[in-house]
Amino acid sequence: MGIKRSICWSVIMSFLMLSAPALAAEASAIDTGDTAWVLISAGLVMLMIPAVGLFYGGMVRKKNALSTIMFSFAILALISVQWVLFGYSLAFGPDIGGVIGNLDWIGLNGVGQDPNATYAATIPALAFMIFQAMFAVITVALITGAFVERIKFSAFMIFAFLWATLVYDPIAHWVWGAGGWLRNLGALDFAGGTVVHISSGLSALAIAFVIGARKGFGKQPMEPHNIPMSVLGAVLLWFGWFGFNGGSAVASNGLAASAFVVTNTAAAAAALMWTMLSWYHKRPSVIGTATGAVVGLVAITPASGFVTPMAAIIIGALAAVFSYYAMLFRMKRNVDESLDVWACHGIGGTWGAIATGIFATVAVNSAGANGLLYGNPGLVLTQITAVAVTWIYAFVMTLILAKVIDMTIGLRVREEEEAVGLDISQHAEKAYA
Amino acid sequence: MKKIEAILRPEDLDGVRVSLQEKGLVGMTVEEVQGRGRQKGVCLQWRAGQYCIEFLPKIKVDMILEDKDVETAIAAIIKVARTGKNGDGKIFIYPVEDVVRVSTGERGKDAI
Repeated sequence: MGIKRSICWSVIMSFLMLSAPALAAEASAIDTGDTAWVLISAGLVMLMIPAVGLFYGGMVRKKNALSTIMFSFAILALISVQWVLFGYSLAFGPDIGGVIGNLDWIGLNGVGQDPNATYAATIPALAFMIFQAMFAVITVALITGAFVERIKFSAFMIFAFLWATLVYDPIAHWVWGAGGWLRNLGALDFAGGTVVHISSGLSALAIAFVIGARKGFGKQPMEPHNIPMSVLGAVLLWFGWFGFNGGSAVASNGLAASAFVVTNTAAAAAALMWTMLSWYHKRPSVIGTATGAVVGLVAITPASGFVTPMAAIIIGALAAVFSYYAMLFRMKRNVDESLDVWACHGIGGTWGAIATGIFATVAVNSAGANGLLYGNPGLVLTQITAVAVTWIYAFVMTLILAKVIDMTIGLRVREEEEAVGLDISQHAEKAYA
Repeated sequence: MKKIEAILRPEDLDGVRVSLQEKGLVGMTVEEVQGRGRQKGVCLQWRAGQYCIEFLPKIKVDMILEDKDVETAIAAIIKVARTGKNGDGKIFIYPVEDVVRVSTGERGKDAI
């Protein structure tokens, strides 16, 4: 095995030397500023994971508050381990046919303190790995909004593990892995519009169809039990998103600053737009404003390394409009995709990915591309291809996965367990004594 | 002896307490309850769109009174709690068979 691995390694190394001798020569030059920023960014993204739990936890009924918070926390534990064991290797390991990484980096074998110039030439490979780990974790956490208040905890853990392996890792490889086919196609996704948001949004929709609506859905009110908790979650998400997008520059440089600025700008524009939409319909809603901020953050994610602050205002404001009406549409169709992961992340991410094709400019990022407004309509088509592929793959794979789990161990708790709430039936605990 | 059970708007609780106290009526038990009547429910906002709550928060005040104080208490409550709109609440009056004061064992009127 050792010989095989060293052969493989030398193949990779010689490939790198061939394609980018300059990079390979600099491979060992760690930049302290870059490393510090990426490590801090990984910490910022980590904070977003329990923040998803708080954001969602405030929106469910109080009998399911702990269960909902636990989804994100348990995933932080579970997927962190999955990622180190083999998830990182599948997503970023040496390419097999453009579709998946191989298992050479299993257990982080060969992922060390030296940089891997393919992904980030100036920071330790381990720093890049842990930054990416948080992306894998949060993507799974985002889906949990779909099935709150009714999923069996055991089935949830199995679903999360298999989903990360069979859906997230391949899509991450296609878009970000060296040799990934969407990456080679020229699709731009700075920080995860397709990989994180479309994949979680469409998967949420698929599993919501399989698990079915909550008991009493549409007949009795399902009040958010703690909106301040949701607002706190949204604020922590906004804060963490500076690492999510700013850190995706994988360097402490002007591009990171640009991503930071457009991230804040899009979040603000979307929050403002959502306030006005809810005001127009009734009153300026607090949970609506917080939701708007999150949707703006989602939409700017793929674009954050390629667009100007003025474009960010348009991207954020329109994201709020699209997601708002997607949410109303979802409700009208009586689909219990409970916390609107599809409307927020699926639709927000789709708009963001297409908007990247419209607003991207090499003036912001010379490694990017020009979009429609800068004379390159082809980029929009490439972006739409990446969006369509991700929609279909995430939706179909999750549908199959959820169906298989439902037919074997069952996804859903018993009716009386649902009635009493998951906090007591799944965890034997109460959020509020 | 009578028990009066008044279902009122939550915001009237303190005014009702003061108004009763002015008549020398101090004892009461208060509960937060939910209910509905002609006022029906209320619609609140969800992230987009709205949802309707069919039960509204109310306050329930229980008092045990001598027969002679019943009308005084009712007048004192109405003085504060009446707006004339749906949702002002109701007062129910029941006969009470006996009362026991736990600390002394006194019975009937003496225990009120």
